[in-house]
Parts: sequence; C-alpha cells; structure tokens
Amino acid sequence: MNFGPLIFLGVFFTMACSWFGMIVVPQLQIGGQQPVKLEATGQMYPLPRAGLAQQGAAVYRANGCAACHSQQVRQGPPVFDVKLNDLGTNAAQVADIARKINHAAGAPLPGKNIWRTPVKKDADAAAKRLTDAGAKAAVVIVPTGADIERGWGARVSVAQDYLYDQPLMLGSRRIGPDLANIGARKPGADWQLWHLYNPRLITDGSFMPAYRFLFNEVPRRKDAPPALGALDKTLVAKTFPEPAGETVTDIVPTAEAVALVAYLASLNPDAPLFEAPAPVPPPPAAPATNTPAAVKP
Amino acid sequence: MSASPTSPQNSPAEAEASCRLPLLVFFGGAAFWLVAASLLGHLASIKLHSPSFLSHCEHLTYGRLYPAAMNALLYGFASSAAFGVALWLVARLGRVAVPQPWLVAFAGKLWNLGVLAGVAGIIAGDSTGFEWLEMPRYAAVPLFFSSLFIALWTLLAFHRRAERGLAVSQWYLVAALLWFPWIYSTATMLLVCHPVRGVMQAIVGWWFTNNLQTLWLTPMALAAIFHFLPTLAERPLHSRYLALFGFWMLALFGGWAGIPASAPVPAWIVSVSNAAAVMLFIPALAVGLNIVNTLRGGPKIVGCAGGPFCFLRFAVMSYVVAAVAGAVVAASAPGAVAQFTWLKTALTHLNLYGFVAMALFGAIYEILPRVTGADFCRKFMRAHFWLAIIGTVIHVGALAIGGLKQGALLGDAAVPFHNVIKTSLHFFRVATIGELLILVGNLLFALNVVGLFVKCARKCCGAQMSCCAAEPATTGGAK
Ligand code: HEC
Repeated sequence: MNFGPLIFLGVFFTMACSWFGMIVVPQLQIGGQQPVKLEATGQMYPLPRAGLAQQGAAVYRANGCAACHSQQVRQGPPVFDVKLNDLGTNAAQVADIARKINHAAGAPLPGKNIWRTPVKKDADAAAKRLTDAGAKAAVVIVPTGADIERGWGARVSVAQDYLYDQPLMLGSRRIGPDLANIGARKPGADWQLWHLYNPRLITDGSFMPAYRFLFNEVPRRKDAPPALGALDKTLVAKTFPEPAGETVTDIVPTAEAVALVAYLASLNPDAPLFEAPAPVPPPPAAPATNTPAAVKP
Repeated sequence: MSASPTSPQNSPAEAEASCRLPLLVFFGGAAFWLVAASLLGHLASIKLHSPSFLSHCEHLTYGRLYPAAMNALLYGFASSAAFGVALWLVARLGRVAVPQPWLVAFAGKLWNLGVLAGVAGIIAGDSTGFEWLEMPRYAAVPLFFSSLFIALWTLLAFHRRAERGLAVSQWYLVAALLWFPWIYSTATMLLVCHPVRGVMQAIVGWWFTNNLQTLWLTPMALAAIFHFLPTLAERPLHSRYLALFGFWMLALFGGWAGIPASAPVPAWIVSVSNAAAVMLFIPALAVGLNIVNTLRGGPKIVGCAGGPFCFLRFAVMSYVVAAVAGAVVAASAPGAVAQFTWLKTALTHLNLYGFVAMALFGAIYEILPRVTGADFCRKFMRAHFWLAIIGTVIHVGALAIGGLKQGALLGDAAVPFHNVIKTSLHFFRVATIGELLILVGNLLFALNVVGLFVKCARKCCGAQMSCCAAEPATTGGAK
C-alpha cells in the first residue's frame, strides 16, 4: 500500500483549509478595520496611544504582565431598562401606566428607571406606552455579567477596542484582576507607582510580584530635600513607615515605570459602540471591589 | 531532488546508525532544555508563592520566567525530541540511511542555538508578547530556517525509502513535518515580522498555539505511539482503517480549534472553532480504541514495569483524557467559566506533560540504546516513570479542580477578587508539589541520557574509533 501522494495532498489540503478559514477570511473581514466616529462626541474611536503610553506598553510586554492579567471584559446577555426622562403634561396617567408596567416602581420621577427586563421587545412596548401618554421614555441597554459587576469595564470588549494594540496582549489567565479599564478604575499615578514598587504596601497580602527594579532607591539624610521625582510617601504612611535612623530612602520611579503607568492610565475602553452599547455616560470608577484595600486610590 | 526510489537497500542497522549523530544532538538538546524548562518553571511557581522573592532582579520576574520555561519546553525539549524521533522512524521504517547526517546534526545545533537565543531574549526582556511565540525575531528566524531544513531533509530521506509501504506512524510524521514549518512561518510572519492589526493578532496567536499542540506535537507523539506500542507488545495493530480514520479526523478538525469561547472576534469564528474543539475527541477515541484493542488479548497481557512501554501507554491515556475533557469544556457552559482560569492551564499541561512528553520519553528510551549500543540505567528510568505519572496526576488534578473553583468564584461578583485568588492558590500549592515530582523525574531522565552518552563515549575509546558500535542493542528486554 503506497498512499504517499494521497497523504501528501490530503495533508496539504486540510492545512490549507484551516489556514484559509482561520487566517485569510478573518483578515479579509476585520483586518482592515478602521476607527469609527462616535455618535455622542463626534470623536474618532479608538485613538492611537500617546508616545509615552506606547513606550509603557513595551514595558508591560517585556515584563510579561499578561502572564497574570487579562485585558478583556466579558458580558452576559444584556438587560433593558425602561427609563423615564420626563413626565410630560399628564403626570397622573403616566404614573398609572408606570405602576401597571411594574407595581414595585414607586412614584415615577424624571430620570428614574421604571422597569428592567431581559426582553427587548417588552421594554420597547413599555416605553411606547409611556410615550403615548405624553411622557418621554427611553430604553437603555445595560450590560451584565460578573466582569462588569466587578467594575472591570462598562461594557463588553470588542474588536474595535484593540485596533491600536501592538502587540495585542489579551492574556489568557486571571491570576490578577482584568486590566481592560484599569485607567478608569485606578487613575492615581501615585497609587499605581507604589503598587508596582511593592503591591503589598497597597494591598494586604497581594500575590503580585514587586517590580522594585523599575525604581531607584536613593538614600538621603533626613534633613536633606527629597530626591527629584521621589514618590510621595503619604499614600503608604501606614505600611511603609519612615525608619527611625538618620537616613531615609527615597523611591524614585525610572522612566520605564512612569511610561508603564501612562500605559495603564490609557487603558479605558468605555466608548459606547453600536456592537457594544454602554450606558451613557459610563458609570464612575467602580468601588474597589477587588480587595479589602488598605489604601483607596 | 532526483531521488530514486530504488536507492540501495540499507540494512535496518545501517539505516538506524545513520542517524546517530543527529540523534545525539536532538536528544541531548532535548534533555538539556527539559531540565532548563523545569527549573525555570519551578522558579516561576516559587515566585508566585512568595512574590517578594528576588523582586529586585528584572530578569527573574514571573512574567519573564514563565514564558521562558514554556518556550524551553515547547521548542527546546518537545520539538527537538520530536525531530529526532521523526528522523529515526523515517530511517527505521523506510530502511533508508539518512543522507549526509552531519547536515541534519548541524541544523539541529542551529535549532538549539535558536532556542538558547530565544529563551535568553525573553529573560532579557525582548519577548514579543505573543503567547508561545515570545521568542524575539533574532531567534525566530534561525528557528524557522533550521526547522525547515530538518523537515525537508527528513522528508527527503522519507522519499528515498527502500521500504515503500507506509506504516501508520509515517502518515503522522510526514503530516507533522509539513505542518510545522507552515504554522510557524505563518505565525512568525503575521505577528513578529509584518504584524497584523488589532484582534487579528489574537486570532493568529490562538491558531498557532492550538496548531502547535494539535498539528505538530500531537501527531509526532502519535507517530511514536503507533510504532512502539505494537512493536513492544509484539502485537499487530488492531485496525489500520481505524487508524486512517483517526488520522484524517485529526487533520480535518485539528487546525480549527483554539479560539476561546468569549473572544472579542466575529461570532462565527468562535462557533466554528468550538465545534472543531468538540470534534477532536473523535481522533483521540479512535487512537485509544485502536491501542486498547491492539494490546488486549493475544498470547500474553503486557504488564508494566516502568520501561518505555509504560511511558507510551500512559501517553495514550493522557491523550484520550485531555481530548475528551477539552471537548466537554468546549461543548458546555464550563467553556466560558474555564476561560482565564487554571483549568485551561491544566488541560494544556496534561497534553504536554502527560501525553507529548511521555510519548517522547518512551521513544527516546527505546531509540537511544538502539543507535548507540549503550544502555540506560533501568532504575532511573523506572523512578522517572513513577515520578512523572504521579507528578502529572497531582499537578493536573490540582490545577483542574482549582481552575473550576476559580471560574465559579470569578463568575460571582459578590466574591472579592482577593478571595478568588487566595482560594485558587491553595490548589496551586498542591500543583507545585506535582511539578516538583515532575522536575525530579526530568532530572533523572537527563542524568540517564548523559550517562548513556558517557558510556557510549567510553565504548568509543575502547573500540578505537568505531564509535558506539553500530550493532543495535536487542530490545524488548524490559517493558
Ligand atoms: C504573578 C502574577 C502577576 C503579575 C506578573 C503581575 N500582576 Fe498585577 N496583580 C496581580 C494580582 C494577584 C493582583 C491583585 C492584588 C493586588 O491588587 O495587588 C494584581 C493587581 C494589579 C493591579 C491593580 C488592579 C486592581 O484592580 O486593583 C494593577 C494595576 C496591576 N496588577 C498591574 C500589573 C502590571 C503593570 C504588571 C506588569 C509589570 C503586573 N501587574 C504583573 C498579579 C500579577
């Protein structure tokens, strides 16, 4: 039995199929994706990263932060809120209808959510009934899911968000929290720098490695002025007390650390997109649900 | 290449002896990188347990050690060993002497140097940032060319084989030798040399990591299994048709799996990929059934005493378990739960340590004595076997349970993240114990290979230049 040529052809053909289907076709479909204009603000989305943040991405890559951190928000099926924007002239009737839609709704006030339902059709019908009675009502799509409830993002991550990521570091494991929107969640540069210097100064019992090599430790006499660019120690006063002796150590971030923090600050994909609607405006930075943090940003 | 199919018949011994030099390079390199990968990986695990340890040293930070360990394992050990096994199988089954073996040995050296440059590059901070493709361009280019040369040269030898009939092993290895340069060059081109944009990078990356396992290491391990298990058991293969079926199922579905359930890519890609991942249990079951039926019955039931046979048999079990578990995860809700957890790591490690590495160990333990005429230390081999299987079971089991737990807790926003990670780290501690056992086993393996090289060198001096006498050692002694 000599299947040589047959095997060769078959092997070639199966790989060609996979290559075509998983590389060529997706490239044709999304390889040419362009920034889009946002309806709300008229800005293009996404915008390329600023130079410093781009340098920070290289630090993130070199030190393999993606080995522990993902950058992708997942979401469950969305739910729909029927929101009352304005009662209009016939408030009594609107209140009546609102109660019919949802007994638990309470007194209808402008800006209030009347009803939440997983079915878009029902939400639209309810909004229509309110509108017919003279009120102004709208249906708001609310993303759900554990990632979103944890405050890791306002909405699901979509292809558009990553247009300028080079290299793209989605990560495959969550040993640490997702960082997709860390720029919105922990905006303080000082917080980020101290956390990188030693995560355990900020978060009790953190398992994140310390990145002391991204900082210079500069000793000085206690009465001398602090080194240029030294980190402010008030944030970690409890966990990093000044030694009693004559000299203290200033922690001065290197250019790499500063760039890395600029990159982290740039991570904030919150623009509402057609394929990924988000409640407008995006909710404020969520409470620090990740840890019983010793220090809040 | 005007290779004539009627090239002079080589005696099996001559054919096997022709690949001695390349095999010393491939298997020696594999043993070295296996130990390096285990040490780097274990250091990474220690750093996860005590995160302030060595925190002033940028080269030893977790995010560099872990990828360095994976790359050393995948390219330094598994791929290098796979090249060697393929070369030997081609020579042995085709009764053909490898032409100019020193050229292949040279390419093997280049491959090893490429891995060295790549691992050093990752540790120095030059990682590309793409999983399993972290090696920087200056390492990827020599790796590509040496692998291309090795693959083509092995296929050339295959083309000149004297024995024209094809064994099942040969289908797998010919396929894998064609697939590897293809997937490696595509991924390197599209990610490292001329990068595509946005999530296309992730798609190419997933395609590559999946194919590296399913269409390169898996068929190579299966080639070893389909040759050695029936040979060692002295039984004919149960069914060639079943094997053919399994082979084509793997070829058909293997290249499509690998995209995670909630990837931010067009939905059809995820659906197609998930369906393929489910279908991959078919080739695994076909292999499993075939091997079980081959070994069952017959004049004697083959027992297991920690020899090559046991390694290969354990590899088959791991393959079936990993494929079925992978299909279950892809087919059901756990797919989304498992994403970003240790469960995925567990399945990958089961595939790499339990299946691929075990099959390669078995093959190397069988091949090296035949081509060098020197013997392995049986005690070490047996110890290696038990350490490897116990270690793999503990390691993979703990990671899998921990991963399921982690996924469930991650899905419940009421549980603070700190508690999620704390819970899963308990399991990770247990997994590290398993990893330690694997590490000790790997050390024994490397010592054994070195010992064999020394014996062979001694013999060589004694016998005045007829290095490592060409007579193949009789096999079949210990199973
Ligand atoms: C060994 C795994 C690991 C690595 C590598 C790692 N981290 Fe972390 N990271 C964690 C863990 C665990 C936490 C949660 C505990 C904490 O806040 O310290 C965390 C938390 C964080 C947070 C705070 C997130 C929040 O929501 O509170 C930021 C920011 C962060 N990491 C950035 C980085 C950067 C930047 C790098 C690379 C230089 C990095 N991490 C590397 C494990 C890791």
